[in-house]
Amino acid sequence: MSTTKKFAVTTLAAALGVSTLAACGGSGDDESSTGSKSKTVTLVSHDSFAASDAVLKAFTKETGYTVKVLKSGDAGAALNQEILTKGSPRGDVFFGVDNTLLSRALDNDLFTPYEAKGLDNVPAALRLDGDKHRVTPIDTGDICVNYDKKYFADKKLAPPKSFDDLAKPAYKNLLVTENAGNSSPGLGFLLGTVAQYGDDSWKGYWKKLKNNGVKVVDSWEQAYNEEFSGSAGGKKAKADRPLVVSYASSPPVEVLYAEPQPKEAPTGVATGTCFRQTEFAGLLKGAKNEAGGKALIDFLIGKKFQEDMPLNMFVNPVIKDAKLPELFTEHGVVIDKPHTVAPDKIADNREQWVKSWSSLVLK
Amino acid sequence: MAGPVAFFALFFAYPVVAIVGRGLKAEGVWQFGRVGEVLGDPDILDVLWFTTWQAVASTALTLLIALPAAYVFARFDFPGKQLLRAVVTVPFVLPTVVVGTAFLAMLGRGGLLDELWGVRLDTTVWAILLAHVFFNYAVVVRTVGGLWSQLDPRQEEAARVLGAGRFAAWRRVTLPALVPAVAAAALMVFLFTFTSFGVVQILGGPAYSTLEVEIYRQTAQLLDLPTAAVLTLTQLVAVGAILAVHAWTVRRRETALKLVDPAQTARRPRGAGQWALLGGVLATVVVLILLPLGVLVERSLDGPDGYGFTYYRALQSAAASGGTFLVPPLEAVWNSLQYALVATAIAVAVGGLAAAALTRRAGRLVRGFDALLMLPLGVSAVTVGFGFLITLNRPPLDLRTSWILVPLAQALVGVPFVVRTMLPVLRAVDSRLREVAAVLGASPLRAWREVDLPMVRRALLVAAGFAFAVSLGEFGATVFIARPDNPTLPVAVARLLGRAGDLNYGQAMALSTILMVVCAVSLLVLERVRTDRSGEF
Repeated sequence: MSTTKKFAVTTLAAALGVSTLAACGGSGDDESSTGSKSKTVTLVSHDSFAASDAVLKAFTKETGYTVKVLKSGDAGAALNQEILTKGSPRGDVFFGVDNTLLSRALDNDLFTPYEAKGLDNVPAALRLDGDKHRVTPIDTGDICVNYDKKYFADKKLAPPKSFDDLAKPAYKNLLVTENAGNSSPGLGFLLGTVAQYGDDSWKGYWKKLKNNGVKVVDSWEQAYNEEFSGSAGGKKAKADRPLVVSYASSPPVEVLYAEPQPKEAPTGVATGTCFRQTEFAGLLKGAKNEAGGKALIDFLIGKKFQEDMPLNMFVNPVIKDAKLPELFTEHGVVIDKPHTVAPDKIADNREQWVKSWSSLVLK
Repeated sequence: MAGPVAFFALFFAYPVVAIVGRGLKAEGVWQFGRVGEVLGDPDILDVLWFTTWQAVASTALTLLIALPAAYVFARFDFPGKQLLRAVVTVPFVLPTVVVGTAFLAMLGRGGLLDELWGVRLDTTVWAILLAHVFFNYAVVVRTVGGLWSQLDPRQEEAARVLGAGRFAAWRRVTLPALVPAVAAAALMVFLFTFTSFGVVQILGGPAYSTLEVEIYRQTAQLLDLPTAAVLTLTQLVAVGAILAVHAWTVRRRETALKLVDPAQTARRPRGAGQWALLGGVLATVVVLILLPLGVLVERSLDGPDGYGFTYYRALQSAAASGGTFLVPPLEAVWNSLQYALVATAIAVAVGGLAAAALTRRAGRLVRGFDALLMLPLGVSAVTVGFGFLITLNRPPLDLRTSWILVPLAQALVGVPFVVRTMLPVLRAVDSRLREVAAVLGASPLRAWREVDLPMVRRALLVAAGFAFAVSLGEFGATVFIARPDNPTLPVAVARLLGRAGDLNYGQAMALSTILMVVCAVSLLVLERVRTDRSGEF
């Protein structure tokens, strides 16, 4: 038996040795994350974070810090992981708390207050944490119903504009939305209806929607790529729903990622159905590199990053003097009156709302 | 034995116990009241019921469809056999979101069935069951087929000579020898379907929910750790019960068998019956596996201006423009392969050691350990991932942001495969052979190398293939574990699908096709690995 054990240990050691060797190849982790005098600043975010290399290099040039980006799941999962590791965070700055999750982050005391340089450039209406400065607004986006232009042109039917329209017989069986329980556009759409119809009447509205044949699928990917007739995947899948809950920025994205680029976006936005999302960043409590973290937050609301954002994450900048790329000015729409719900109200009721919604719509 | 035990204690038991403990302990007091509360909820009971029955149905259906194929792959020689064996394993590595697409194209609106007979199966339980068969077909074909190909056909022939009918000979001679492998395959399929996540979500629609989905929601979305803890415990109890049943069926059945080289047992089919069987199996493979895969390939080539490689070209040009969103596809392939190699090395080392230890002894403790090894298949990725977060957070083991966590988590899922594929074969090795070697003066290690290794080499390769495929296609842990941004193929596919735009969709299909090819080629290479008799690993 003792020889077996010895053999066991050797094999294990060998295997681990092999694996370490195999991995030395190119996992871009050039230094341990525990260096106290580190010139690395670590940004923890969700999977949708994107920035161009040039901009991240510019930050390094300006400040001397290299950005290391850690991604861990969708917005909800990434935030919850931070809450679990409160006090010994995995990075210095967290990006990607939106207004639907903001209260949870603040109640858990995740962030060290920091007033970013250049914050006066950001409209006060977006600073949902007032002058406590625990979080800094970085971008906004709108969750809206998108429509397939071709379908409505062929049918000579005016596309819907508002929540009310969606429940009308003319639009029966045309809308697909996402599960509010685990999809952020799905939740945004639900919150939009809550904002529009109030605490008491939104359920009545959803009953009407259900009777009008709204289809619910699990995720945005499925709704947009499989069910929505205006998308590439939908066309291939012979999709038959010309209305989908997506983003106000989806039409410009359709233009950008087409070969060749069309003169006009194939999809449009029902401007009265929008729910405003604002995303924030915060300096994590217990960050190893606070100075670097502060510099990074300053940079995130700086002009370079703000102007780089739209074409990488398809969101709108928050600072007043950022220029939107042509693609957005030409094919995007500005939502003048998006629906909003206060973060603490969302925090208090979210679970109940989703529960009622599920039993009403899914059962 | 000590190695695998330590590995499991540290990277599985400790994180899971910690996260469950955190859920059940509030202000230092155990909250066992929550158990009754959660399990008294009719919604949760519905979920539990659905989870169980769909897993049972999926397992039965998979066995029904895949066992004839296991026989065909074991006993017949036909052109393209190796390629086909690799291809049926491809579904295993595909991200569920992509498989959902393929299946919707077959079963959904305007799909094949719709065109032919006006039948639509999407958002029905049939779509879920068929997709589960698609995913797990290879599990049965490879584990059962692997052993079957090594059974000596002459034993059955001897029974025939002694007057047994064809069926009786099979039932008395071959079937008992196969039971352990069939049971092992059934167990794995059950565990996979019991913890099914993406398939149920995409093909069943939001109305269907499994325990796994509920645990994910409670943990990752709502951070309701107490409820998640109760659900995790429920899942563990259910999986434990299944493991107990499995152990009880297999215990008396594992006997020493006479194993032969698989190359000797396969031959060309003879007679109309055998050709019909081969034809039937091949037809099943075409309809159930090649067609859905074909849909993906077709969509990856179906560009804006007719068929061509537009999307594949776009993959290169988009990546060249820089940014943290897209990586060159080759880099994603390379990332995937690296993770998969490391995960396979860990899984084969840990699993091989465990299997070797389990062969020698059959005490109660060992059997318990055997069951323990299977548990990772029955615990959700999010539980393990979040468990890692709160346990591996102190030096010397602050691995939270280390790349090694990803292959470690993947190896946890790979180990059960390695053990289940190797154990039936190892136990079938006649221990007298080892004794003879020992009497002749061989050290235990030498005896193992000369006696066991040649016999299990085939099983080892099958096992390594599984571990590799699991890692290549693994998505859950890879997403949850914070990692520096070097996406694997499945992660890159998911990202592309998460964006609007024709090119993104097409590139997702192209990357999925690349993933399929990488998987098939890797497995083919592995099949070709031939160690000569006296060779080392």
